[in-house]
Amino acid sequence: MASITMKNIVKKYGDGFPAVNDVSIDIADGEFVILVGPSGCGKSTLLRMIVGLEDITSGDMMIGEKKVNDLAPRDRNLAMVFQNYALYPHLTVFENIAFPLRLAGASESEITEKVNAASKTLELDEHLQRKPGNLSGGQRQRVAMGRAIVRDADAFLFDEPLSNLDAKLRGQMRSEISRLQKRLGITTVYVTHDQTEAMTLGDRVAVLKRGVLQQLASPRQLYSNPGNLFVAGFIGSPPMNFLPAKVSGTSVELPFGTVQIPQDKADKVAASAANGLLMAGIRPEHFEDAAVVDASRQGSTFRAKVDVVEWLGNEAYAYIPFEAPPEVREQLEQLERDLDGESLRTQLVVSLDGTSRIAEGDEAEIWVDSSKMHLFDPATGENLTVDLDNAGYIHGHAMAEAAEQPAAAG
Amino acid sequence: MRGTNKVGIGVGFILIMVWCLLPVAWIISLSFKSQEAITAGSPGFLPTSGGSAGFQNYVDVLNDEQFRRAIFNSIGICLIATALSVILATLAAYAIARLEFKGKRFVLTTALAIAMFPVVSLVSPLFDMWRTLGIYDTWIGLIIPYMSFTLPLAIWTLSAFFREIPWEMEQAAQVDGATSWQAFRKVIVPLAAPGVFTAAILTFFFAWNDFVFGISLTSTEAARPIPAALSFFVGADPFNRPASLLAAGAVVSTIPIILIVLVFQRKIVAGLTSGAVKG
Repeated sequence: MASITMKNIVKKYGDGFPAVNDVSIDIADGEFVILVGPSGCGKSTLLRMIVGLEDITSGDMMIGEKKVNDLAPRDRNLAMVFQNYALYPHLTVFENIAFPLRLAGASESEITEKVNAASKTLELDEHLQRKPGNLSGGQRQRVAMGRAIVRDADAFLFDEPLSNLDAKLRGQMRSEISRLQKRLGITTVYVTHDQTEAMTLGDRVAVLKRGVLQQLASPRQLYSNPGNLFVAGFIGSPPMNFLPAKVSGTSVELPFGTVQIPQDKADKVAASAANGLLMAGIRPEHFEDAAVVDASRQGSTFRAKVDVVEWLGNEAYAYIPFEAPPEVREQLEQLERDLDGESLRTQLVVSLDGTSRIAEGDEAEIWVDSSKMHLFDPATGENLTVDLDNAGYIHGHAMAEAAEQPAAAG
Repeated sequence: MRGTNKVGIGVGFILIMVWCLLPVAWIISLSFKSQEAITAGSPGFLPTSGGSAGFQNYVDVLNDEQFRRAIFNSIGICLIATALSVILATLAAYAIARLEFKGKRFVLTTALAIAMFPVVSLVSPLFDMWRTLGIYDTWIGLIIPYMSFTLPLAIWTLSAFFREIPWEMEQAAQVDGATSWQAFRKVIVPLAAPGVFTAAILTFFFAWNDFVFGISLTSTEAARPIPAALSFFVGADPFNRPASLLAAGAVVSTIPIILIVLVFQRKIVAGLTSGAVKG
C-alpha cells in the first residue's frame, strides 16, 4: 500500500489541447478518492496516467516515495478495474483471477490459495471453472475485482466500474466496493460521472471540469460549501437552484421576493454586491411548503405559482418557473453546457414534504431557509459566501493547509 | 409460407451439393475402374462387374516412388510455407492494427497489389532468378513464392481480427504485470486464434493447389509438388495415359487437405471474444 501524489500534472494531446491541466492531488495511504466530473473533464485520462497507460506531459506522479512518470504499467504495481471489465474470454474465471499471479511467477499452491481466498470474498466459488462469456454482468464485474484484489497491489484504480450495470445491481456493487475497500484498507482512486457514487464512496471527492481541478474536499464539504457555481451545480440532485439576486445590506431581492441573510454572509458579499447582480444558490431542500414548516424555524416566505408537482411519497418536487435577466440567463446556460445538460427554461425546483398538499397550478406559500443560501459572483462563478476553512481545496484559492489534512473533516 | 420456404431451401441445397460434388464423385468412380474398362469405354457411374479394379489403382499409385516423393514434397512445402506465412502475417497484422507508424497505408496497399498480381507473369523472371541463385528445383524455391502470394491475404484477414479485439484486453494485461510481448502472446494471440487458423487454411489451400509455380520452378522429383507430378504421371505405357491411376492419385492428394480443414475447423470457434467486455 502506498500514497499517491500528483504534482502539477498536465496532459496535452497532439493538438496541444490540455485534457488535464495542472492538477495536484495528494492521496493518503488507504484513502478512497473519487475523481468526478462531466464527460470530457479529464478524469479517466488522469486515472490512466496514474496507472501508466497514458504518458504524462509534465508534472510529477509519485507512488509512495517513488516517482513513476516513466515506469511501464507493469512496474507500478497497481490494480485496475476497467469500465468494460476487460476479462480474458479464453480463460476460466479461475485463470482470469490467477493471471497476474502467474505473470509474477507465483507457485501453484500460492496461486490456488490466493485465488480461492479472492473468490470466497467475492462469492465466485461456484463460477471458478466457467468462462466469462457465460457470466452475468454483475458476476463479470466481480471477476474483474477479483483480478485486482488477488495481488498485493499498492492501490486500486476503478474506471467507472458500475456504469454498465443496471440500477439495482449498481447499488449492491457500490456497497460491496465500499465494504471491500474498508476491509482491505487499500488506497483507491475511483473515476465516475455518477455523483451518488462520488458522494457515498469517497473519503474525498475531486471535481474536475475541462481538465482543471475545481474542488477537492469531503462529500459533506462539497455539498455544503461548493467553491464555485460549477461544483454547486454538479453536486446534488435535483441540482441547486440559481436565482438572480440583488443584495443590499442583509436583504436579498430574489425574483419571488426579498429575504434576509445572516450578517456574516452579507459582509462577505458586500464588495461584489455593489457592482450589480449576484447569483443566489439555494438547494431544493432548503425550501418547504410554508404550511408544514414549524413556526419556530427561521426563514422567509414568499408566494409563487407552482407549475408542476412530482410527488414521490416521502417528498415532492415542485417546479416554479421564473424570468431571469439576460446576463444571468447567459451564465446559467453556460453552466448547463458545462454540466452536460440542456437548459430549457429557468425554473426553481423546490423539495416539499411528502405531506404537503400543494397541487399543480396552485398559488402556494413557500418557506425558504435563507441562511443556507450561497451567493456567487456571476462573472467568475466564485462562491462569495464559502466557508474556506471547511471547503477543502478550491481552484483559485491558495489553500495550502487544506491539502495537508485529507479526509479529516469527512 | 414457411413450409414452401423450407422445401425451396432444401432443393437449392441439393442442387448446389450436386453441382459441387459431382466431379468429385466422378473422380472417385473413375479411380475404382480398371484401366481396360476405361479404355474400352465405361459410361456407368458404378464400375461394371468385369471392369472394377477394386483398390488396385490406389495400391499402384502408392507404390509409385515418384508419387510418394510428390506427396512428401507437397506436404513439406505447404506446411512450411503456411507456418512462415501465418507467423509473419500475425506479427505484421498486429503492428498494422495496433501501432501508428509511417507507411502503414503503403504496406497495406502494397500487400493488396501483390495479391492482385497475375501469378503467370512472374513465372519467367522467377525461373531466371532462381536458376541464378541456385534455388531452382528446391523446396525453398517454392516456399518463397507461396509465402509472398499468401501473405497479403493473411495480413488482411488477421488485421481485421486484431482490430476487433478491444484495446482494454491488452492494457489490462499490462496493468496485471505483463510485458508487451507477454500480453501479445497470452491474450491477443489466443483471442485471434480463429483468425490465425482461417489464414492458415487459406494459405495452405493456395500452396497445395498451385500448379503454375509447381511445374515451372521444378524439374525433378526433388521438389515437384503433387499437382505438377500428376501431370507428369505416366503409367507402364507412355502412349496410353492411365486415367484410372490419375484419378486414384487425385483422390489421394485431396485427403491431406480434408484432414487439414477438419483439424483447423475445430479451432475456428466463432464468437470466442464474446464475454470479454460488456457489449
